[in-house]
Amino acid sequence: MSTLILILITGVGLGALYFLVASGLSLIYGLMHVLNFAHGAFLTFGAFLGFEIARRIGSDTWWAFAASVVIGGVVGALFATLTELALIRPLYERHIEQVLVTVGLALAAVALFEGIWGSDPIYISAPAWMNETTSVFGAQVPNTYWVLMAAATALLISLVVFLRFTRFGMIIRAGVENRKMVTALGIDVRKAFTLVFAIGGSAAGVGGVLASHYTGYVSAHLGSTLLIFAFIVTVIGGLGSLTGAAIASVLVAVLQQFANYYLGGTGDLIVVVALAAVLLVRPAGLLGRTA
Amino acid sequence: MSAQPILEVEGLQATIAGQQVVEDVSFSVPSTGITAVLGRNGVGKTSTLRAILGLIQRTGSVTLAGDRIDGLATHRIVQRGIGYVPEDREVFSKLTVAENLALAERQKNPRREFVDALFPDLVKRRQQAAGTLSGGQQQMVSLARALINDNRLLMVDEPTKGLAPRIVGEVAEALAEASATVPILLVEQNLEVVRRLAADAIVLDGGRVVHTGDANAILDDDALVHRLLGVGTAETGASA
Amino acid sequence: MTATDNSAPASAGRGWSSELRRRAPLLAGVGFVVLLACLPLLNISIPGILPTPTYQPGAMALMSLAMVFAALALSYNMLLGTSGMLSFGHALYFGAGAYGLGIALEHLGVPLWPGVLIALLGGLVIALITGSVAMRVNGIPFAMVTLAFAQAGSVLVRRNASVTGGEEGLSLNTEGVPDALVGVINTRNLYWACLVMVVVVYLVALWVDRSRLGHLASATRENELRVRVLGLKPNRARLTLFVIAGLCAGLAGMAYMLLQSGTVPRAVSADLTITVLVMVVLGGVGYRWGAVLGGVVYTILDQRLTVLAGSDAIDALPSVLRIPLSEPLFILGTLFILMVLFAPGGIAGTVHAWIDRRRHRNARDEGLRELDADASANDEPVEVRA
Repeated sequence: MSTLILILITGVGLGALYFLVASGLSLIYGLMHVLNFAHGAFLTFGAFLGFEIARRIGSDTWWAFAASVVIGGVVGALFATLTELALIRPLYERHIEQVLVTVGLALAAVALFEGIWGSDPIYISAPAWMNETTSVFGAQVPNTYWVLMAAATALLISLVVFLRFTRFGMIIRAGVENRKMVTALGIDVRKAFTLVFAIGGSAAGVGGVLASHYTGYVSAHLGSTLLIFAFIVTVIGGLGSLTGAAIASVLVAVLQQFANYYLGGTGDLIVVVALAAVLLVRPAGLLGRTA
Repeated sequence: MSAQPILEVEGLQATIAGQQVVEDVSFSVPSTGITAVLGRNGVGKTSTLRAILGLIQRTGSVTLAGDRIDGLATHRIVQRGIGYVPEDREVFSKLTVAENLALAERQKNPRREFVDALFPDLVKRRQQAAGTLSGGQQQMVSLARALINDNRLLMVDEPTKGLAPRIVGEVAEALAEASATVPILLVEQNLEVVRRLAADAIVLDGGRVVHTGDANAILDDDALVHRLLGVGTAETGASA
Repeated sequence: MTATDNSAPASAGRGWSSELRRRAPLLAGVGFVVLLACLPLLNISIPGILPTPTYQPGAMALMSLAMVFAALALSYNMLLGTSGMLSFGHALYFGAGAYGLGIALEHLGVPLWPGVLIALLGGLVIALITGSVAMRVNGIPFAMVTLAFAQAGSVLVRRNASVTGGEEGLSLNTEGVPDALVGVINTRNLYWACLVMVVVVYLVALWVDRSRLGHLASATRENELRVRVLGLKPNRARLTLFVIAGLCAGLAGMAYMLLQSGTVPRAVSADLTITVLVMVVLGGVGYRWGAVLGGVVYTILDQRLTVLAGSDAIDALPSVLRIPLSEPLFILGTLFILMVLFAPGGIAGTVHAWIDRRRHRNARDEGLRELDADASANDEPVEVRA
């Protein structure tokens, strides 16, 4: 029983991490039809700079942790904003080329990170509490998972509030449905593009810092691995659907944890099988528009 | 004809994915009243409107109240004072009626009372998702989005398409009322509606203007109507 | 649309001179292949590009590797160039070839040719299954799904160490391989084998582009709706093409296995797919010779940049310059971004555009731009004109 609970809770925690990455991907794709391969680079850069700042403050204090999360978010947002302005915007509406520049950026950025921080993982330290566990009905749940869940919940709530109750949120929701009509109402939809990139990058940057606490290290390839799962999650959830991404994140991660435990570490494969199954039954994903 | 036309289009050409959909269109829209754009399905009426707004690739000159607007991005053109009611309404179906309207507001004092008075049906349905409205109600949302601002020109694309006869009358009524304050460029297949509303008409064929003149005079010319508009009856173009 | 068809002159001069001009590409191609075949017998030094004179193993190995990647790029161009499918899982089929052959030789103990056949069959099955699932979606989702499949392949390879050698990689069991294709002293024979392989793949690509299949696939890219309306089955054509491209990638993978005497999990990774994508875009999407050139240029650049990275000149630079310049992938990635932004036609597209301008033709959309124009055509409801 306690094993079951442990798997379930760690699954939800891992799903929370997926959501931090997938939410931005899904928003960006939904509004701009851009598949952002550089998202992993935003994440990794956030993780590295978060690590650098924490190291300087004293990495096992809560202050250092908080500072690293903030820095991760800011760095991710800045990197993403610059990417949108310098690389995506000049290729307005050229979706394939937009994908390709993000591929090139991911390639170049990861290489540069390797050049600066080396290709070996750098192990990091965290506040003592995060290395401890909390007992839930007999299951010893590592505290990192609670942090992940808290972060993802905070992100989900603020995204929903932002989308629901602000003018920019309204523009983004309208743009996901019909970008051209938004411009035909006299709105410069490109501002929303930059904003969506900034939001997604910020979530990825925070996700990077938290992912490094989840894995225990930072490395230049931290983002690339997570990115693939985030892609799978966004396709299963339905491209462009935030709720879909949230649900799929949790489903996929829980499934993955169960398979890893009960089916001899086949979690990664099960996830791809799940993807294939969803595509065969519902090509648009769980909550995707059936266009 | 009044003094200066509000919109002048000169040598407009447009392509969609390399396919030429507007060959060479020139016309002008007077600064008052309703000007109808007529022609069979697929002659480039919708594309002409979309080209004026820069929603599709275009060349040629477009002048709004004396200023060239053909080099501007769509949102800048609209900000110059064009209200657009697209074919098939294109309301944001997941947004509420209120949100659809709020999105369209471009000025400090939007004409909310005017719109509410014109479409009382929508007032009760403010918080309803636009996608759940009937076709006629969606058309009203689409019209309201354009009428909520003080525009220099409205471009309205097939507003009665696929609507029940009673709703067609309401839409026509709303357009008539709106035309008291703003000139309208109207694409319309329902010739009854055209006859009731339009002062002038432009007839397109094969991506070109083939006839311009007084709307009623054109509609009275049975041969012309038959040749350029297909059947002479007032069909509401049920969309395929 | 394939660009090489342009070489047929519009206003045909009469007689054998026009015949000659029509045949010119063929003659040039055959001549080029003969020249390549003779290289191992000649002593040509190209300092800065080839590490050794052409008759020595160093140069031959590099040229062979370049041909392997040229073939892989050609196979990828069938997807992206001919039918507009942006796949991020192409490495899976390359890896299937390399690992398939390796496993057949190692675990089934068969000789080379049956091994090749087994690997091709395995690749066929994998391409059929993954392709038909991935084609449930189009465009960007298709890219994501193919990526996921390749990732699953990569995980399988890394996990099942007893069959694939895991992270260590799988080395070639030379028992079943003819002696003439084993060892550094036989690099020349391997070079010729790679040359034969790339010619075969080129001919397949040529046939595909000229065949009904290729026309259907490229028509689908331009306007899927119209193809459907005509009662044709675009998905079947696309799937066939996908499988053919997968098999060609498999061939390249087998050549790679023989050439490198083994393979590592990187052969199935998303990194390799991205590398191929870079090659094709560098060379020019939609141009067969562009893909070949892209594969060759990339391989040589990668090799030379790695040498450069370790050089004293770079070491002496301040770290702001030293770190980026000592990462070949940083330079290649940046180059790739610049190409996409400023020369979307790639090398071949830019050359063709230049030739077209000189002939006072209307420059057509080149390379990527053409793909995007098509993609937006499928976005946009086109008014049907009577």
